[in-house]
Amino acid sequence: MTVLEVNKLTKKFGGFTALSDINLEVKPGERLGLIGPNGSGKTTLINCVSGTIRDYQGEVVFNGENLNNLVAHKRARRGISRSFQIPKPFSSMTVKQNLLIPLEYAVTAEQLDGLTIEEHADKIMEDLELKDKSDDLTGGLTQIEMRKLELARAMALKPQLLISDEAMAGLSSSEVDDILKILIALNEATKITIVMIEHIMRAVMSFSERVVCLDAGKVIANSTPNEVIKNPAVEKAYLGE
Amino acid sequence: MTSNNKFYSIIVGLAVLAYLATALVDNQYYFFAGFAILQLMIMALAWNILGGYVGYVNFGSAAFFGLGAYAAIFVMEYFKADLFTQIITAGCFSAIVGLATGALTLRLRGVYFAIATLALLVVSETLILNWDYVGGAAGAYILPKRNPTVLGLLIVGKENALFGNYKELLFFVLCIFGLVTIVICRLIERSKFGRGLEALRDNEQAAESMGVPTLRLKLIATTISASIMGFTGGVFPYYMTFIDPISAFNLDISVNALAMPLIGGTATWLGPVLGAVVLGTLQQIATVTISSEINLLIVGLFLVGFVIFAPDGFLGLIKKFRNRGD
Amino acid sequence: MNALVTGILLGGFYAALAIGLSIAFGLLDIVNIAHPAFIILGAFVAFIFNSQFGLDPILVSVIFAPVFFLIGVLIYKVYYASFEKTGAEALRGLAFFFGVMFIIEVLLIIYFGVDFQMVQADYIDFKLTFGGGVDLPFRMLVPFVIAMIMTLGLQYFSSKTFFGKAMQAVAQDPVALRLMAIDPARIKRIAFGISLATCSIAGALFVIVMPIEPSIGRLYIGIVFAIVVLGGLGSQTGTLIGAMLLGLVESLITTFFGPSWSPAVAFGALILVLAFKPTGILGRVGDTRG
Repeated sequence: MTVLEVNKLTKKFGGFTALSDINLEVKPGERLGLIGPNGSGKTTLINCVSGTIRDYQGEVVFNGENLNNLVAHKRARRGISRSFQIPKPFSSMTVKQNLLIPLEYAVTAEQLDGLTIEEHADKIMEDLELKDKSDDLTGGLTQIEMRKLELARAMALKPQLLISDEAMAGLSSSEVDDILKILIALNEATKITIVMIEHIMRAVMSFSERVVCLDAGKVIANSTPNEVIKNPAVEKAYLGE
Repeated sequence: MTSNNKFYSIIVGLAVLAYLATALVDNQYYFFAGFAILQLMIMALAWNILGGYVGYVNFGSAAFFGLGAYAAIFVMEYFKADLFTQIITAGCFSAIVGLATGALTLRLRGVYFAIATLALLVVSETLILNWDYVGGAAGAYILPKRNPTVLGLLIVGKENALFGNYKELLFFVLCIFGLVTIVICRLIERSKFGRGLEALRDNEQAAESMGVPTLRLKLIATTISASIMGFTGGVFPYYMTFIDPISAFNLDISVNALAMPLIGGTATWLGPVLGAVVLGTLQQIATVTISSEINLLIVGLFLVGFVIFAPDGFLGLIKKFRNRGD
Repeated sequence: MNALVTGILLGGFYAALAIGLSIAFGLLDIVNIAHPAFIILGAFVAFIFNSQFGLDPILVSVIFAPVFFLIGVLIYKVYYASFEKTGAEALRGLAFFFGVMFIIEVLLIIYFGVDFQMVQADYIDFKLTFGGGVDLPFRMLVPFVIAMIMTLGLQYFSSKTFFGKAMQAVAQDPVALRLMAIDPARIKRIAFGISLATCSIAGALFVIVMPIEPSIGRLYIGIVFAIVVLGGLGSQTGTLIGAMLLGLVESLITTFFGPSWSPAVAFGALILVLAFKPTGILGRVGDTRG
């Protein structure tokens, strides 16, 4: 039983091979860490999964359905949600209005479960401790609030699979703990699958049940955090020869 | 009274006022100037649906306007169609052209759409210049029907008619159309559609990954915008009683359609309306007192000045002023 | 046969019109809609000095190139501070150049009126005739030669000199430039200056090829952008090929269908290119989609 399956995924940019023959399976409710040095293809991989990039070879299967022909917004409606490495808020809107966009466009009446979209937005802001920023424009947010908004908006899509792309870059150690706590709580409360791309090793190792390491567009390790950290190939990829 | 009721009462009130004006005002210059300003306003509102709400620049407003005008001429020549049919055809034809242009280029970066619209302007002008059936380079004359009636009611005539002459009728038609356009823009702003456009303007990639069907929304916005421009163009030949490609596809139309919203403010429908009324009036005065070149210079200078120094237009300036007052 | 020769000569002339834009739009990503308007401004400068003092238009244009360069540097400063820095170039930056174009036109109309103007020089009416009905009119040949010198010179400059290489890099990798302690804004300022300087010379060629009026530049917006996109954004060789291609197509269309169709050629080509081959004939990856 898998929620996400990536089969023989290959993506080239001109002559440069960003991903070559990637195979990956993610189980429902799993917390998966995705690591790898800069330029190893992590963001390209999630761009292919979320549909931002569609001219790849191979296939992306979600809940048994082949997504290859679906554009990004249709994949989002199927339940794949992502946050962006560089936050991309809707800057002319308030925090709450940001959350209303996915709630209005991607969430079904069934998922709303009798509540209004406003109530859902309020609940998510409470979970992520953004409640008092509800009516602020995004321009005035601090770094950590911006990261939280990015996650909150991704959560407002009511996803089955949440992909968090470096949600902790540039945060202080206590702020990292904050985000970690929120993500683990989300995973335990809603059984949502989370894929975390992260450079902060401490965070990704304590969060993940399983870790996949990419290097130069290939999977070089795929097992428990402890084993991956001891894997000589991973060490080599990070430190070089 | 809710703000909605208030808004619609004002709209209806203005419509009544426009009709009374055609009955009571004698000086034909006011209808001429009013028609010009209304035309500016509607084109500005239509431009803003794509430019302001979505952030895609259309340089080819004059193409949609001119194609509307010539679609009207064509059905008049070929089917002997009446004014109403002509205007409807004009809107529909421009809508189709808008949709096609959008479908070809809206997948690309916004600048390519902008350049393509400019290309569309020259291509359509060349086509019409070479098409003698609708007058070619020499242009075409329009002879309005004498004593037209609708449901037994005399529309235009010296006595016992709804309007004293065609200019007054067309002024009124454009007035109603302007008010309808304002209502459409306001409805868009307050709808799910409008919120989706806003999200995609702020960040297209984020909007798409939050479930917003960005390409479809862009296409709908382009089609609505182009059809409104087409309608406006459809009224134009009747009003002028003569039309040629140079005036129907004039770049000034494009410049004005883009300058008014950028000067007035692009966030809501009020911006283009303010921009068109203030600048349009100024243009009318400048044309009468100095020269028509000077009025174009004024638009150009205002446009450049505002985009550099007041990026949020009149609306932004008013807001700033108010905040300072607090 | 004559149509082919005319097409190649026309293509060379088009390359001169487009080469500056291939720097501004292709390399710096500045959508200078006003580029043809600046060319017409250059043409009128050449016209004034030609009609007042009998100076050769090309000589005038070379003398005025530094002035255009300075105008370019200034405009980029304004553009950078007002739009690029704040990320507003997509909407307001475009509108800015549109406004600039309009102002140039209107000022020229106020000063010169809407009549056509032309220049005098000994070589303009000269013509070489070959067997088989092939003509080489100097009115086209001189601009062709100058255009070639300009295009190939710029290509040499951007591929061989340090500054030229920096100019190429500014589009692709501004971070790397910063690491080398080169200020990308400064590179762009100078590069945009060069782009405008070419307008001065292209303007003189323009007024040699045909008579000018203030708003004639509009007709060339489509052509220059079509060439730059066709040429694959920012490649001088590509620009030259694109220009030749358009020149040939237009010359053939004119021969077979008549000159009144020629404006539609460039714009039609542009729309087709954008719709079906937005990466240009030589192809550069991932630039046009966004």
